[in-house]
Amino acid sequence: MNINLTLIGQTITFFVFVWFCMKFIWPPIMNALHERKTRIADGLAAAERGMKAKEEAEIHVQAELSKAKEQAKEIIAQGHKQASEIVEESKGDARTEGEKLLAQARSEIEQEMNQARESLRTEVASLAIAGAEQVLMKEVDAKAHTEALAKLAARL
Amino acid sequence: MAAGEELTSSAYIKHHLQNLTFGQHPDGTWGIAHSAQEAREMGFWAIHLDTMSWSIGLGVLFLFLFQRVAKTASVETPPPWQNFVEWVVEFIDDIVRGTFSGKNDVVAPLGLTVFVWILLQNLMDLVPVDWLPGLAKLMGIPYMKVVPTTDPNATFGMAIGVFWLMIYYSIKVKGLGGFFGELAFQPFPKVLMPVNLLLETISLIAKPLSLGLRLFGNLYAGEMIFILIALLYSGGVALGVLGGFLQLGWAIFHILIILLQAFIFMILTVVYLDMAHQRH
Repeated sequence: MNINLTLIGQTITFFVFVWFCMKFIWPPIMNALHERKTRIADGLAAAERGMKAKEEAEIHVQAELSKAKEQAKEIIAQGHKQASEIVEESKGDARTEGEKLLAQARSEIEQEMNQARESLRTEVASLAIAGAEQVLMKEVDAKAHTEALAKLAARL
Repeated sequence: MAAGEELTSSAYIKHHLQNLTFGQHPDGTWGIAHSAQEAREMGFWAIHLDTMSWSIGLGVLFLFLFQRVAKTASVETPPPWQNFVEWVVEFIDDIVRGTFSGKNDVVAPLGLTVFVWILLQNLMDLVPVDWLPGLAKLMGIPYMKVVPTTDPNATFGMAIGVFWLMIYYSIKVKGLGGFFGELAFQPFPKVLMPVNLLLETISLIAKPLSLGLRLFGNLYAGEMIFILIALLYSGGVALGVLGGFLQLGWAIFHILIILLQAFIFMILTVVYLDMAHQRH
């Protein structure tokens, strides 16, 4: 345990190590720490900004949504109204059309009836003549009796 | 140990307390001292090879491990070792920020170096006392003291380094006159300048002295207890088992001293440098 040159050697070693640490170890590590600190702070700030933006967007979305709902309601109501109008209109159309058809049918029937009546008349007249011929057993002069028969048919 | 000498307890202890000294023999040849007597005769111009190599080796280990982190320091994804290094660095940085009021880029790295280096040197105390010297003996090296901080040369070497920095910064900050004034004009009035000078010089020198002595004393005492415990191993099975438990217990307790002394040396270094930066 003698004090000797080791003392000076240790002092020199001490300074060399401190110098090396000061030059090559401390600054890079501190830089990394600082950079991380700022990065984390930036990240947190960005996250906060993001949250705020999201909240704003949500409010916007809500407003848009309620507007859209309102619009949809309006459109639906309008649609309903239009639909009932169309139904009413078509009902009216159908009714008039039906009436028209009915009227047409009636007139047609009338016509048919008249026609049938007419033909019946002539038929009856000829039948009557034929009957009379049978009864009289002699030919009736068609020409002489046609007039009377027409009168008779007209009464039918 | 000289050949033929019986292995007594005192010889064992002395052997463990002897550094591997390289120097000039009285007959003019250079070489390694093979006894405490020879080492003493070499005088001041001899060097403790074991202290130097262990302390430099551990210091280089520290610088290597930390520099590897510094070189590849990742901001985004620090690997586990980087986390540890950053934790140590921030620990030192916090202490320096809290203790050192001036502005100086040297103090924090100085604190880091002092703390980790001394810690590593102290940690060598936990290696069982006969392992490395035994290995050295097998390799033909007569002495091997593996704990540099149990060599006063090492602790005072560092303390002197701190002392030079104190004086350098005192003069740099306060000027030569200011530094002299600090020594001469307080605590008593200027009339009592010689008394002041004496008092302040003593207190100035006491700082590095106590710094080196405290570390050396604690570690030397710890080492000594390990050596004494190791003596029990040659006293039979019962004493050997007892020694095993004692060694374990002391090692666990010693971890505290190892950490504490490294911390004290570091914090006092920072405090002394802070005092050197303060104007009165």
